[in-house]
Amino acid sequence: MRGLLAGATGLALVPLILVVYYLLYKGLSQFSGQFFTSDPNGDFLGYPGGIRSAILGTIEMVVLASVISIPLGVAVALYLVEYGKKSLFANTVRYFVDVMTGVPSIVFGLFIYIVLVVAHVGGNFTAWKGSVALSLLMLPIVARSAEVVLNLVPGSLREAALALGAPRWRVVTRVVLPTAAPGLLTGSLLAIARGAGETAPLLFTVAGANSLTFSLSQQMNALPLQIFSDITSPRNAIVARAWGAALTLVLMILILNLIARAVQRRSRVA
Amino acid sequence: MEAHTPVIGGGRSALERSPLARLPDRILKWGLIGVAGGVLVLIGYFFVRLIGESTLAFSRFGVFGFTFKTAWLPSRLIFHAGAMLFGTVVTSAIALIIGVPVAVATALYLTELCPRRARYPLTILVDLLAAVPSVVYGLWGVFVLIPKLKPVEQWFANTFHFIPWVGGTVAGPSVFIAGLILAIMILPIVSAISREVIATVPPEHKEAALALGATRWEMIRISILPYARPGITGGAMLGLGRALGETIAVVLVIGEAPYIPHSIFSQGYSLAAVIANEFGEGSNVAIYRSALLACGLVLFVLTLFVNGFARAYVMRGERKMFSGGVSADDDGGAEHEVASAMGT
Repeated sequence: MRGLLAGATGLALVPLILVVYYLLYKGLSQFSGQFFTSDPNGDFLGYPGGIRSAILGTIEMVVLASVISIPLGVAVALYLVEYGKKSLFANTVRYFVDVMTGVPSIVFGLFIYIVLVVAHVGGNFTAWKGSVALSLLMLPIVARSAEVVLNLVPGSLREAALALGAPRWRVVTRVVLPTAAPGLLTGSLLAIARGAGETAPLLFTVAGANSLTFSLSQQMNALPLQIFSDITSPRNAIVARAWGAALTLVLMILILNLIARAVQRRSRVA
Repeated sequence: MEAHTPVIGGGRSALERSPLARLPDRILKWGLIGVAGGVLVLIGYFFVRLIGESTLAFSRFGVFGFTFKTAWLPSRLIFHAGAMLFGTVVTSAIALIIGVPVAVATALYLTELCPRRARYPLTILVDLLAAVPSVVYGLWGVFVLIPKLKPVEQWFANTFHFIPWVGGTVAGPSVFIAGLILAIMILPIVSAISREVIATVPPEHKEAALALGATRWEMIRISILPYARPGITGGAMLGLGRALGETIAVVLVIGEAPYIPHSIFSQGYSLAAVIANEFGEGSNVAIYRSALLACGLVLFVLTLFVNGFARAYVMRGERKMFSGGVSADDDGGAEHEVASAMGT
């Protein structure tokens, strides 16, 4: 029986090993200076271009999505932990945030498409709309992990601050949030890693582009979008670029995950 | 000498402060309530808008007709989501059948049987499966999994062709491959939740079984699995919710055939995949776009039900665990349960 369960664990790890192996095998050969410093050029022949606009586009859109979703998510969690607790309204909010984590990512893209793109709010397909869709995806993740972390702050700390005469807002900003900061950071990093890898919310909100642009009110490229469109290309060189881009994306996400874990471990030890 | 303790606000209590001094507190409280309520309003608003955009398709084809009939013919502007709904359900079912047993077995191994030193690294590795984005799984599925598994699938289809849904030629992209990749994607979620649940089994239950002479496996079967079953079921349902909504990996490997597949090795479609795939051409034609958004609505409602049910089930299971669980004077009861389960 031990062998069977150990075998099942090994079976579970086989896809991970195979994915990493093929990513390195097919993707590492793509890495070059040109790969990271040129944009996809959409040519039919010759060198198809690198992924610079995709990397920078992902970074820019994910940063904007984080700026939107992390404060809002922490705010929702703060409400649930500090003020709402077990009230009916708080339980409803908690339930719907939980439900939001289960909503398919493509449905968030549809939401933003209906509300912002169809109505031509500030342009057709734009990068900031993609960021809004990503932030919808990231918000429940941030809120849920923040709620867990904020609940772990000992009540005695809050009571001590209150007993010393601090107003509620001071207790929150100067005692609760700094104490919970490492855990909040971990949760935020994991949400960012999730948002960086999502494709579906970007499909009909940003729709991708080839050239490099920093303007958030234009169509922008993103790594997942670039990979998605490269997979179905008939050109082998472009498919090879997809492998390189996939390796880049996985490395970015891996680094975020490792930083999150390091923060988590350090806060526990400290 | 009296000690000087730091005091904020001049030593007056909060209730004695001026209304102006209390203003930041009120702003914070109502600001936070506003954000929390805003999230609720936002979800409700999106839901209403999605329903509004789908009305065109539902009025043309009927709500039940659209959802359950299977003709999807964009060139003739006839849209029914039945085949896609079938594909969504079937791929998710395959994902559950393959993924949940492996995930639970992994969770059992990692919490109970794994040598202590290997536990942390192996756990991180299993959780890393969740870090791979779905587009990378799709890429890997198209260029590695499909070609490598095709001969195996063909052998299976030829050998077992008498089983319904198996047999015939194996298309490369298929419902089975989609289900397999979904199984890989839900495995970390189900495993993580199962690990947590298994870790909360009171040690008294396990020790009672072992004290009565159960083998390790019998102890797992008697003490752990029944106790952890609500939590594991909830985790499996959450995995199901994730599998239902997964888009990119599925659209790349399922083959995009809007028909009910005649075998698990033939091509199919899913609700999320049809939206991702056909949105580009469909968004310009009003009825086409409405049909795709209606597919999104069906998918949304489906995942709402599954996830809502899963959470209610997990919460009910938790309540049962804590009310029927071990209390200080319960040692005799645990042994009695175990003894009766072992047939003595």
